[in-house]
Amino acid sequence: MKKWLVSTALALTLALPAAAQDYTPDPNAKPGGTITITYKDDVATLDPAIGYDWQNWSMIKSIFDGLMDYVPGTTTLRAGLAESYEISPDGLTYTFKLRPGVKFHNGREMTAEDVKYSLDRVTDPATQSPGAGFFGSIAGFEAAGPDGLSGVEVVDPLTVKITLSRPDATFLHVMALNFASVVPKEAVDALGSDFGKQPVGTGAFRLGEWTLGQRLVFEKNADYWREGVPYLDSVVFEVGQEPVVALLRLQNGEVDVPGDGIPPAKFTEVMGDPAQAARVVQGGQLHTGYITLNVTMPPFDKVEVRKAVNMAINKERITQIINGRAVPATQPLPPSMPGYTEGYAGYPYDVEGAKKLLADAGLADGFETDLYVMNTDPNPRIAQAIQQDLATIGIKANIQSLAQANVIEAGGAGTAPMIWSGGMAWIADFPDPSNFYGPILGCAGAGDGGWNWSKFCDEALDKMAVEADSLSDPARAEERLKLWSDVYMGVMEKAPWVPVFNEERYTMKSERMGGDDALYVDPVSIPVNYDYVYVK
Amino acid sequence: MAGYILRRLVQSALILVGISFVTFVLLYVLPADPVRQIAGRSATAETVENIRRQLGLDQPFVVQYGRYLAALLQGDMGRSYLQKTEVTELILSRLPATLQLMSAGIVAELVLGLSMGVAAALMRGRAGDQLLMMASFVTVSAPQFVVSLLLLYVFAVKLGWFPIGGYGTAAHLVLPAVTLGILGSGWYSRMMRSSMIEVLRADYIRTARAKGLSGLRVVLGHALPNAILPVVAMIGIDIGIFMGGIVVVESVFGWPGIGQLAWQAIQRVDIPIIMGVTLVSALAIVIGNLLADLVAPLIDPRIRLR
Amino acid sequence: MADLSLAAPPPRPRSALRRLMERRLALFGLLLIVLVVGAAVLAPWLAPYPPQEQLFDGLTLEGAPLPPDGRFVMGTDLLGRDLFSRMLYGAQTSLIIGVVANGMALLIGTLVGLTAGLFRGWIGSALMRFTDLMMAFPALLLAICLAAIFKPSLWIVALVIALVNWVQTARVIYTETTSLAERDFIAAERTLGAGTGRILFHHILPHLVPTIIVWGTLGISTTVLLEATLSFLGVGVQPPTPSWGNIIFENQTYFQAAPWLVFIPGAAIILLALAFNLVGDALRDVLDPTQRGRD
Repeated sequence: MKKWLVSTALALTLALPAAAQDYTPDPNAKPGGTITITYKDDVATLDPAIGYDWQNWSMIKSIFDGLMDYVPGTTTLRAGLAESYEISPDGLTYTFKLRPGVKFHNGREMTAEDVKYSLDRVTDPATQSPGAGFFGSIAGFEAAGPDGLSGVEVVDPLTVKITLSRPDATFLHVMALNFASVVPKEAVDALGSDFGKQPVGTGAFRLGEWTLGQRLVFEKNADYWREGVPYLDSVVFEVGQEPVVALLRLQNGEVDVPGDGIPPAKFTEVMGDPAQAARVVQGGQLHTGYITLNVTMPPFDKVEVRKAVNMAINKERITQIINGRAVPATQPLPPSMPGYTEGYAGYPYDVEGAKKLLADAGLADGFETDLYVMNTDPNPRIAQAIQQDLATIGIKANIQSLAQANVIEAGGAGTAPMIWSGGMAWIADFPDPSNFYGPILGCAGAGDGGWNWSKFCDEALDKMAVEADSLSDPARAEERLKLWSDVYMGVMEKAPWVPVFNEERYTMKSERMGGDDALYVDPVSIPVNYDYVYVK
Repeated sequence: MAGYILRRLVQSALILVGISFVTFVLLYVLPADPVRQIAGRSATAETVENIRRQLGLDQPFVVQYGRYLAALLQGDMGRSYLQKTEVTELILSRLPATLQLMSAGIVAELVLGLSMGVAAALMRGRAGDQLLMMASFVTVSAPQFVVSLLLLYVFAVKLGWFPIGGYGTAAHLVLPAVTLGILGSGWYSRMMRSSMIEVLRADYIRTARAKGLSGLRVVLGHALPNAILPVVAMIGIDIGIFMGGIVVVESVFGWPGIGQLAWQAIQRVDIPIIMGVTLVSALAIVIGNLLADLVAPLIDPRIRLR
Repeated sequence: MADLSLAAPPPRPRSALRRLMERRLALFGLLLIVLVVGAAVLAPWLAPYPPQEQLFDGLTLEGAPLPPDGRFVMGTDLLGRDLFSRMLYGAQTSLIIGVVANGMALLIGTLVGLTAGLFRGWIGSALMRFTDLMMAFPALLLAICLAAIFKPSLWIVALVIALVNWVQTARVIYTETTSLAERDFIAAERTLGAGTGRILFHHILPHLVPTIIVWGTLGISTTVLLEATLSFLGVGVQPPTPSWGNIIFENQTYFQAAPWLVFIPGAAIILLALAFNLVGDALRDVLDPTQRGRD
C-alpha cells in the first residue's frame, strides 16, 4: 500500500490522459429503441478468449469489458474496468486499480480475482485461444497452464499487479483487446465450452436470445457501470444475409446498419443518389492489402526482382476494379496508423524501370511463378489484374485460387511464391505500428506455419522493433513512432511485400440512426459502436 | 419383409461407416491445417503444437479415425473446432430450415411435374405435348444457380414480389422452393406422362369410357390415382438428389440450412462440421433410397424385394 | 442347335442413325452441339479480343462493366474484358471438360461395372458395395473436398468430376453385364470352352456399346453442369481461363446492375446441357431395345 501512495503522483503524470479526452456524450442522444444489423456469415462464438472474427469482434466488445478501452470513434486509449493504473519506472510493472461496484450480468460484483482468472484462462493452452500470443510479455507466459500466470497477482480485491518479463510499449493496448476481457469464473466453469453461446460479462449489453445461424438479440444492461450508456434498448443481429439483400432491406427501412458494408455492385447506385449518399459514412481502416513475395524462393530472393514487381503493379487500376473504395498504398502501415511515414511515395508505377531491374537481375526474359489467392470475390479478380500487370514485364504468374485455409497453409509452409492477401489481409488488432510487424514481417512469424508469408527475416530490423517496443515510457512515444517508421522504411528497402491498397470503409445507416459519424467508422468497434449510437 | 428391412438397415449402416471413412481420409490429406485456423495468425509455434495435441490431431490416422468412429457410435459428432459448439447442436439448429426447404421443394416439383405430365399425356403427340417435353428437358439441363439467379432477378429484383433472400416467412420460401420445383419437375413430368399413357391404355379405363363416363371424370377419378403411384415412389430418390445440391441453393438464397453450415466449414477446415453434414446428408440419401425401394413393391406388385 | 451368335444380334448402327435423324428434337440438339463445337474450335478467329485482355476502356471510370453495344456485343465483365471473346473460349473449356471428364467417368464406370458383373465373387460384390457407398455420397460435397485436395486446374477439375460421376455408369453396366452373362448363349459358349476374354470381347462388349453411347452422351450434360457449379462456387477451373461457370462466379455480385454477365453464360450452359440431353435421350430410344416402343 505504501508503494501505491508513493507512486500515485507518478501514475498521474504517466497515465490517464484519457480522463481529459474522454468522450463527450451527444446532447441529443435519447435512450430507447431497437436497431437491426445484418451479417452474411454466422457468428461463431461470443467467448472473448476465442472470438476473432469480423462479426463477433464488436459484439464481444459490447458484452464484455477489459481493464482498458478506447474513446469511442477514436484510437485513443482510456480506462475501462481499471479506474486508474500506474507503470513502474522500469516499465515492467503495471498496477491496475479496479472500479468498485462493477457487476457481471449475473449480478455478482467483479473483483481482482476475476481479472487474474481471465488472464490465466486466455493464456492457458487448454483454452486454445487464438489471442494467447498477445500476452507473451507477461512474466510466466512460457509456463502458462492450469496454474495460471505467475506475473499476474491479486494485491487486494480491487488491485491487480501485472509484472512483465520485458518492457512492452503496447501492453495497455493488449489490455484493451477482446482477449483480455474479464469473465466470471463460475459462469465459465458451469458452461464449459458453451460459454461462447451463453456469455456473461460486464458490458453495456447482455445476450438476450440466440437462434443459431439466424439471429442474436442483445439487450441493454441497465446496471452498466458507465453512466448514461447504452442508449439502445436492444440490438438485433440477423446473420446469413447476403450484403446485396442487406442493402436493399436498408433501403426499405428494415435494416439500420449493414454489417458487411455497401456491396460493390450497389456502390455506384448508392453514391449516385444524393439522398442515399448522405447516409453513407466513410472512414479509414487499419487495413493494408498486399502481395507477399517469398524471399526464400528464387528468383524472389533477389531484391531487384522484388522491387521490379513493386514497380510493375498498377495500383490505381486495382483500386478502380474495387470501385475506388481504397487508396493506393505506399508502405505496410495504413495512413491512419500512428508511425505511418508521411511523404514517402513508395515505389512508382514504372513498367520500363521494372523491366530494367529484371534485366539487371539477369531475368530479362521474365520467369514463371504462382500467385496464390483466396477464392472469394473480389480476390480472384484482383489477382487477375495483378497477373496482367506482371505479364507486361514478362512474369507469367499462374493463379492458384483456393479456399482460405489452403492459401494460409501454403503461405505458412513457405511453398507459395506470391500471395495476394485479400480476404486474409492484416487488419490491425490494436492501433499501434508494432501490430503490423511481428507476426507478418518479423523473424518470429517467418518459421514454418507462421503468418509471415514472405518468410522475410531481417535481424537488424527485428532488433530495431524490439528496441521500439521497449520504449514504454509515454513521454518517449514520439521517439518510438519514429523508430517504427524507420523499421517500415527498412522493410520497403528490402521489398518483401507489394503494398497495394488501404481499404476505406464505406458504411451506411438508416435514416433514424443518430450519433457521431465517427461511431459508424469506429476503428476498433467495427461496424459501429453499439454502446453510443442511438435512435433519433 | 422384416428380414429384408433388417438386412437393408445393416447395409445402410455399413455404407454410412464407409462414407465416414472416405470423408475422413479426404479431410486428412487436405493440404490445410485446421490447427492453424484455430490458433489464429498471432499464435506461436508452441501454441499450435499444443492445440494439435489437445485435439489429438498429432495422432496417426488410424487412431484419429478410431476415436471419431467410437464417439460417433455413441452419437457424439464432436465439437466444432472454431465455434466450440457441439456439431449435433449446430446441425439440429439448422436442420429445420433445410427440411422446410426440401419439403416445399418436393411439393413444388410434384405439383409442377405431375400437372405437366398429365397435360402432356392427354395431348399426346400434339404440339402441346412436344412443347411440354421440351420444357422438361430444359429443366433437367439447367444448373441450380442459374435458375436461382434468374428467379431472383425477375421476381425479386424487377417485380419485387418476393424478398431477395433470407429466411423466416412463407414469402421467403417461395423462390427457393420454386427453383427446386422447376429443376425437379422435368423427371416427374416425363415419368408421369408415360405412366399416364400406360394407364389410359388399360382395360378398366376403356371399360369406364365405354360405360359413358365423361372424359374428365375418367381421367381424374380413375386414371390419375393409378398413374400417380409409381411416380410418387420416386420421391425417396429425390431426397438424395436434393441433398447433393443443397450447398448451392442455400448459398444463393441465404437460406440458413446445413448446406450453408457445410460451406462455411469447408472454407475453414472445421473438420467435425464437415464430417457431420456429410454424414447427415448421406443418411438422408440412404433413407430416401430405402424408402423408394420399400414403397415400390407396395405400388407395383411385379417388383419383388430381393 | 441354332447359331448362337444370332440369338441376340447387336443393333445395326446405320439404321439407328437414320432413326435418330428422324427426330426433330434430336436434330435440334445436334445442331446446338455443332454450333458450340464450332464456336469453340473457331474461337481464335471469331473472338474480337484476347479473352484474358483487361481492356483499358472496358470499364467505366467508377469500375463498372459496360453493357452490350456495337463494340462489345455481349458487354464487358468486371475486369473490362470482352464477354463475347470469353464466352467463345469458355465453350472450349466446357467441351474439353465435358468430353474428358465424361470419358474418364465412362471408362471407370464401365471397368467397374464390367469387372463386377463378370467376376461375381468377392471382387464383384466389393466393387458394387463401393459403388453403393459412392451413390450415397453427397456429390457436391465430395467434389468440393476433392477439388481442395488437388489444386484445381483444367485437367484436375475434369478428374474430380470423373471421380464423382462414374457411379451411375457402373451401376447400369453392371446390371446389363449380369443379365447378359446369365443369358443362355453365354452359358453355352462357356460350356464350349470359350475363355473369359472371348466372351467379353465377342459377346458382352458389343452388346454394351449402345448403353455406353447413351450414357456417354447424357453424361456430358451432367458433367457440363457439375463443372459450371464447381466453378460457380470458386473451386473449379482456375482464372483467368474462362469457363461459363466461373464467368458467372466472377460476376454474380453484379447480377442486378449487369444481368448480362450472368444470364448470357447461364443460357449457354443450359443450351449445351440441353443439347446433349436431347441427343442422349433420342439415342436411348433408338439404341436401347428395352426402351423401344414404350410410348
